[in-house]
Amino acid sequence: MHLRINGTQHEVDVEDDMPLLWVLRDELGLTGTKYGCGIAQCGACTVHLDGVATRSCQVWAADAVGTEITTIEGLGAPGALTAVQAAWLTEQVAQCGYCQSGQMMQAAALLAENPQPGDPEIDEAMSGNLCRCGTYPRIRAAVQRAARLMQEG
Amino acid sequence: MGRLKTIARRSFLVGSVAVVGGVAFGIYTVRKPHENPLTAGAGEAVLTPYVRIAQDGITLITPRADSGQGAYHVQAALIAEELDVDLDQITPDPGPPSPAYWNTALAAEAAEFMVPAAGVMHDMAEGAVTSVMKVMGLQITGGSTTVPDQFDKLRHAGASARETIKALVSKREGVAIGDLTTRAGKVILPDGQEIPYTDLAADLADVEVVQDVPLREPSQWRYIGQPMQRIDMLAKSTGTQDYGIDAAVDGMVQATVLMNPAQGGGMADYDATEALSMRGVQAVVPITGGLGIVADNTWRAFRAAQAITVTWEAPSFPPEQADHWATLEAAFTPDAQDSRKRDDGDVDTALAEGDVLTAEYRAPYLAHAPLEPVNAIVRVDDDRAEVWTGTQIPRFIQANVSRITGIPADNVTVHALMMGGSFGHRLEDEVVKQATEIAMQMKGTPVKLALSREEDMLHDFPRQIAMARLRGTVANGQVAALDLGIAMPSVMASQLSRQNQSAPGPDSQIVAGAWDQPFAIPHQRVTGYRAPELAPISSWRSVGASTNGFFYNAALDELIDAAGADPLEERLRLCSDPLARRVLEAVAEMSGWSGIGGNGTGRGVALTKSFGVPCAQVIEVTGIDTGLRIDDVWVAAEVGRIVDPVNFENLVQGGVIYGLGHAMNSQITYAGGVAEQSNFDSNPGLRLSQSPRIMVRGLENGDRVLGIGEPPLPPAAPALAGAIWAATGMRLREMPFSKFLTFA
Repeated sequence: MHLRINGTQHEVDVEDDMPLLWVLRDELGLTGTKYGCGIAQCGACTVHLDGVATRSCQVWAADAVGTEITTIEGLGAPGALTAVQAAWLTEQVAQCGYCQSGQMMQAAALLAENPQPGDPEIDEAMSGNLCRCGTYPRIRAAVQRAARLMQEG
Repeated sequence: MGRLKTIARRSFLVGSVAVVGGVAFGIYTVRKPHENPLTAGAGEAVLTPYVRIAQDGITLITPRADSGQGAYHVQAALIAEELDVDLDQITPDPGPPSPAYWNTALAAEAAEFMVPAAGVMHDMAEGAVTSVMKVMGLQITGGSTTVPDQFDKLRHAGASARETIKALVSKREGVAIGDLTTRAGKVILPDGQEIPYTDLAADLADVEVVQDVPLREPSQWRYIGQPMQRIDMLAKSTGTQDYGIDAAVDGMVQATVLMNPAQGGGMADYDATEALSMRGVQAVVPITGGLGIVADNTWRAFRAAQAITVTWEAPSFPPEQADHWATLEAAFTPDAQDSRKRDDGDVDTALAEGDVLTAEYRAPYLAHAPLEPVNAIVRVDDDRAEVWTGTQIPRFIQANVSRITGIPADNVTVHALMMGGSFGHRLEDEVVKQATEIAMQMKGTPVKLALSREEDMLHDFPRQIAMARLRGTVANGQVAALDLGIAMPSVMASQLSRQNQSAPGPDSQIVAGAWDQPFAIPHQRVTGYRAPELAPISSWRSVGASTNGFFYNAALDELIDAAGADPLEERLRLCSDPLARRVLEAVAEMSGWSGIGGNGTGRGVALTKSFGVPCAQVIEVTGIDTGLRIDDVWVAAEVGRIVDPVNFENLVQGGVIYGLGHAMNSQITYAGGVAEQSNFDSNPGLRLSQSPRIMVRGLENGDRVLGIGEPPLPPAAPALAGAIWAATGMRLREMPFSKFLTFA
């Protein structure tokens, strides 16, 4: 089947019901997307399907065909940070950092939909993403900073 | 001077270990060729066990493991402080397992707390290292010891390397050493000419390392105490940080395990016919206590594991949770007494003379559950083995792989990888043993073993279950007597048993965070009771203090309330340690403390001294229509010296959240010998919507440099319990609190 990921077409030979997460990680080597729970409870595997934040552990590969898939590798890179990543860096959000790919993907989708979220909107959008290290105060600050960065253009 | 005193004391304690292990402590002997585990490649130089200079870059060895606490960053900063390199010029490398990287601070802690002192001194005098010293003094990351252990060692290494470089340039250029300066990885000559360290790599390989270089005064520091960008922050802000689970080795296969869900139980029989017919599945092999499933894709291995039918054997511990509690209830007996490290005044007389207040407290088992499931890559060849994994115990891994394979430990290479969290979970190495057993059955093929979340959580050697019983009295509006008994199984005994080690003597963790608290209650007694081993348990962030900080503060709160006193004022009045007093004063000032509140809003306060660090917290809660909301936490902690204030704040906030989340929402309970919680749906911890504002202040009044990974955790639960009491009148004596009320 063909999957369009970060603007590039990939051909993969996998079962229809292989979760997109494992296609990304084990078949294509896109390991920025993380496995944490496998049951949509932690958000570490969050990617965008046609711009919508989605738990890739719950999406069959076959169902992702025909969508525009964006992973953390497609969000930006060390030399070309997007607003969300720049905010994450400035606020020094990460501890272990394992959840932060998913956190940033979730935040990017939130800000695309709602450029100036208040605390209740941030709570609602971000509470599906677990951080076991407890970086939540910094995540909150980074989402707000990213919103400001995007306003400033 | 205070720090020198500390070093002298510790040097004394670990003196002969230092000799046996080839590690000098205090003024660190940074280079003796037979001790340095690093070997220089062509054209590069190894200056001390911590600094490698090559033509293409500078590598700093950061042997304490990074599980997210910023250990690599902090260690690199300490070397850089004296070496004069910028943090973006260096590459951190955890280095190989080696005696050169023994954790002498942890060894000192072990000597102080785990073994009767006289015995240790005797053994040391004889040059015979006890098994505990052997175990605890190894290359272990834990006990919040990374900064205390490395604060001087790494700066000495940096200073020696710098002066060695200057000596070479001095000789080569004919310039006095005193006329050379160093900055940003370069030597600067009086005429302004700059020579990068890397240009000197080949010549440095042949020079003698300069020893015993005095350390710079704090006024000269460029890094320590300043906000820095953590060296891993860019990678972790872009999804480009690789963890163990992301590692790849040529030719590797993907594996998972199906273990007896009843931790430690055996396997009687299995049928893998269906699994073996599934796409991508290469093998199903028996290992100790279960099966290894080998495939070409992690998910295919996970799915095949679910298709195997197994007959499991029963575990060795009581299968039902009620039996675990009953075992603890029965452990408060003289026969089970493990320690009585505090017995001030005349507790029995005081209790006989007053109205005795009694209470009982409980704390459940808890999984560590770092977000990255444990994993390891192991390749076993005929005469050597190689391991890639995130670990806090590389030397144990080396020994265990050697034992399982029969390959000499020197031929077992361990590559320590970045960890997606630990909280103590990576002090265990079952995943490496399992991967090794699988790899033994397919020699020459690297086996990458990744556990599913469920396998990981079901076999997450949890935090100890614990109970406490209080008897106390008050008099004249003050706390008069506190008699606290604490019962739990021994974490150390359980944990060390998996490394084929015993833990002689009392287990200080049974009373840690309770017996040594800085409160001068006139009649005070803390007794530890050692319950029989139940479910296998392990060190969980702050270990004994994680339960005992709650017990002690909750008990103190009940007595203070009975006395009609204010919980913060009475703690200040009782406080016997000037450093702890200032921590309490700090949270009082930060929070604008004026009492516990009431009418729906309440405040609680707690202070626990653990790992040498007094940490106080004030928490405020408000009842709203959806439940109780935690609004604010004010935290202060005394660590002597803060290396990086940004990382410090982050770790304190994280410790508070880890403490709150588990106190509110988490437990592990057993039914039929199996943990009833196997994923984050039933074991959620804290989510962002429940996360309060957390204001942090670090104090630097003390003369000991201490770590901050664990101390913020113990006061969180009791400060929350105090706030709940103030807001609702409910006195919660058992965690998790969500059993008794709803949090917003």
